[in-house]
Amino acid sequence: MRLQRRSSLPGFGITMGFTLAYLGLIVLAPICLLVLKSTSLTWEQFWQTVTAPRALASYRLSLGASFAGAAINVVFGFLVAWVLVRYEFPGKRIVDALVDIPFALPTAVAGIALTTAYAPTGWIGRALDPLGIHVAFTPLGVTVALAFIGLPFVVRTVQPVLSDLEPEFEEAAASLGAGRRQTFLRVILPTVFPALVTGFALAFARAIGEYGSVVFISGNMPMKTEITPLVIVTKLEQYDYAGAAAIAVVMLVVSFALLVCIQALHSWTRRRQGAA
Amino acid sequence: MSATATIVAESPRRLAVGEPALVRRLLIGIALGFLALFVFVPVAVVFAYALEKGFEAYVQALVDADALAAVKLTVITALIAVPLNTLFGLAASWAIAKFDFFGKQLLITLIDLPLTVSPVISGLVFILAFGARGLFGPWLQAHDVKIVFALPGIVLATVFVTFPFVARELIPLMQSQGKDEEEAARSLGASGWQIFRRVTLPKIRWGLLYGMILLNARAMGEFGAVSVVSGHIRGLTNTIPLHVEILYNEYQFAAAFAVASLLVLLAFVTIGVKHLVERRYRSRSPDHGPAPGGAKS
Amino acid sequence: MKPNRLVTTTILLSLAMMGSTRLAAAKGTTLLNVSYDPTRELYQEVNAAFAKQWKETSGEDLTFRQSHGGSGKQARAVIDGLEADVVTLALAYDIDEIAEQSQLVPADWQKRLPNNSSPYTSTIVFLVRKGNPKAIKDWDDLVKPGISVITANPKTSGGARWNYLAAWGHALRHSGNDERKAKDFVTRLYKNVPVLDSGARGSTTTFVERGIGDVLIAWENEAFLAVNELGKDKFEIVVPAESILAEPPVSVVDKVVDKRGTRKVAEAYLQFLFTEAAQEIAAKHFYRPRLDSVKARYAEQFTKIDLFTIDDVFGGWQKAQKKHFADGGVFDQIYQPGR
Repeated sequence: MRLQRRSSLPGFGITMGFTLAYLGLIVLAPICLLVLKSTSLTWEQFWQTVTAPRALASYRLSLGASFAGAAINVVFGFLVAWVLVRYEFPGKRIVDALVDIPFALPTAVAGIALTTAYAPTGWIGRALDPLGIHVAFTPLGVTVALAFIGLPFVVRTVQPVLSDLEPEFEEAAASLGAGRRQTFLRVILPTVFPALVTGFALAFARAIGEYGSVVFISGNMPMKTEITPLVIVTKLEQYDYAGAAAIAVVMLVVSFALLVCIQALHSWTRRRQGAA
Repeated sequence: MSATATIVAESPRRLAVGEPALVRRLLIGIALGFLALFVFVPVAVVFAYALEKGFEAYVQALVDADALAAVKLTVITALIAVPLNTLFGLAASWAIAKFDFFGKQLLITLIDLPLTVSPVISGLVFILAFGARGLFGPWLQAHDVKIVFALPGIVLATVFVTFPFVARELIPLMQSQGKDEEEAARSLGASGWQIFRRVTLPKIRWGLLYGMILLNARAMGEFGAVSVVSGHIRGLTNTIPLHVEILYNEYQFAAAFAVASLLVLLAFVTIGVKHLVERRYRSRSPDHGPAPGGAKS
Repeated sequence: MKPNRLVTTTILLSLAMMGSTRLAAAKGTTLLNVSYDPTRELYQEVNAAFAKQWKETSGEDLTFRQSHGGSGKQARAVIDGLEADVVTLALAYDIDEIAEQSQLVPADWQKRLPNNSSPYTSTIVFLVRKGNPKAIKDWDDLVKPGISVITANPKTSGGARWNYLAAWGHALRHSGNDERKAKDFVTRLYKNVPVLDSGARGSTTTFVERGIGDVLIAWENEAFLAVNELGKDKFEIVVPAESILAEPPVSVVDKVVDKRGTRKVAEAYLQFLFTEAAQEIAAKHFYRPRLDSVKARYAEQFTKIDLFTIDDVFGGWQKAQKKHFADGGVFDQIYQPGR
């Protein structure tokens, strides 16, 4: 990697050095080990493991539900952040605190609590069941759990950006005759967009690997509601570390590719904004 | 909704760019409705179960020796993981936001990597490295150094899982802020540390705070990865989340949720701290921009 | 250079904290018993009784550490370096794997103690809702259309593997050893399963707390515990005419006890499990005792049942695991698409 610094600011050496050393030690070295482990399989074995019908079905569910969950969070997470930053209402601080709950709650507890609420006998499930909406033990339940764990990512990445947004810009837009909708689309959204993308990426990435909260609500039916991390666990249960590593590597590659795409989108919008 | 009827009056200047009261109430209503479905109800479930057997049983569950040991271990783990990853976040965001270099996008993406790794695997990688059959296993055993199934393993797994939090919060923020002010300070002869302390830090403090709050919450709440490296020894290597699972599996539902509610309360405490910090800053330097979540003036 | 100092201070402090935090060192000897989920209550009592006896006979203070979790996960932890003095797991296969993967115990570990090294046994029974509204009496009732059966995922739960094998064994015996018919039987059985929890206790919760399912397939001791802890007036136990003999095995982990110098006490502890005092405790916790004297005293509690063993029907755990639960095995075939 060729490093070039085009900045008059100091501190590049130490911060970059520390970043790379820490990243390498904590993240890259262990992940290399994981990849190394999966190479103890032959190529055919590897391919067979990662393209088994059960594995394929689990990718579909994990990716689909993660995407849906993250998309829900982008819409409602933005709304929550907006409401928390812009408006005053009683109990706002408590609501603000509650946004972090999906992180603070151990995922297993979250899974149990969500299942309790959404099972046919639960507080919410009881209301939804007569409408023919079954949440617990269906792919919808998986989506609910993944939306739950991803929420703080979107809210907490958008919140600081929104509160840094100077009202002057909006005022200027308004004084130039822009309607509220135009101001929102042309001024607010572009500023918040990078944060939204980041939030989406984080929520999505987190959701793909999530295990603890999902196993309770998913029902774990092979081919139907079996998430990829569960497939990994079943491999481990057979002492098949290499097979588990193989599936993990596939997940890693897929989510890494997605992150790269999102990152590219991110910098593209930034460049466009810079040019505008 | 009576909750939204008491929206505090705002200055006329704000109203010029704000939404009509009706829209505002509607938005608040939708946001709260969404949160109710996804967050409030599960939390209510936790407390409903926790207090099922009365307040006394609730307290009893919390002062149990194993529960206290779990709290202690969790706090120690967070006390190590949070500063380390905060430091990393600051360093990484400074290098990334203030300088141009080849491979920057790759670096940002690599920082996100731990998030995409399933917690099951995050634990496993450290077993592969430090387990008895792992890469360093034989050496560690020969020197009687314990990493997995002991504190270092738990800390490592936690650090890995919470790795990107501060960095991810700060990078977009610092990128959007540019570096003009820092360069101005530089041209006035400020040292790097001074620039960071006086110019950058005040601008990023809310993002930093949010990042640290998330980091801490996640560090204390992590279950999957820690579960793999902990060994589940009661009163010794169980963190709060693992202790909750154990109690739950013993059919002590009330006690399990009581201990889990500790983590909910923790979220409130951290937000309380956040508000205290905000207020202090606001009263000290009113011109330094509005605080997130606080009323704009 | 202040930033430099900040970096080094943080790292040094972190390392110092990790190093200085000696996690509660107990005085005297400690024994770590790595066990599976449902034995918590059992070993709590057994440990106290043995520690008292050990103090009386040797004068030594003995502290127990307990670790509980899924049987396979616990075995993996031991293989990967969790220093268990003794393992008390759900199935012999898991200790076999410890022997095979890490040589921490010799391959013939199961011959070292009486009764295949399993001091107590259990079997697989049904838990139904009060009054048995669906009139479930035996295995054949489980495959009837419209019956909702709760069991855990045998790929992730050791207990659920016993459930599966019990059903298979029943079908095999009633079809004149026709494997095709047995496979058809378990396929129909699992078609009736709406939720496969990842662990045995999870499926108990699904049945009891969520109110899902007409019948829960469970260990006998778990069924008793669920009835006693979660509602005597809500559930009842149905014992099928025949079932599998579940033999949860125990073993000393040789390499660990030799390293820690705890072999003597660890072996005495496992021997103790076969004594009258410990058998009594086991029976109290609804495990079927081995000792005839204790058996006689608890005859009322444990319904007589025709039990077959895994060795008889499946030729041992290794074969059963490979054929049924490995990837591509019979259980996977049940869920193959197009069926």
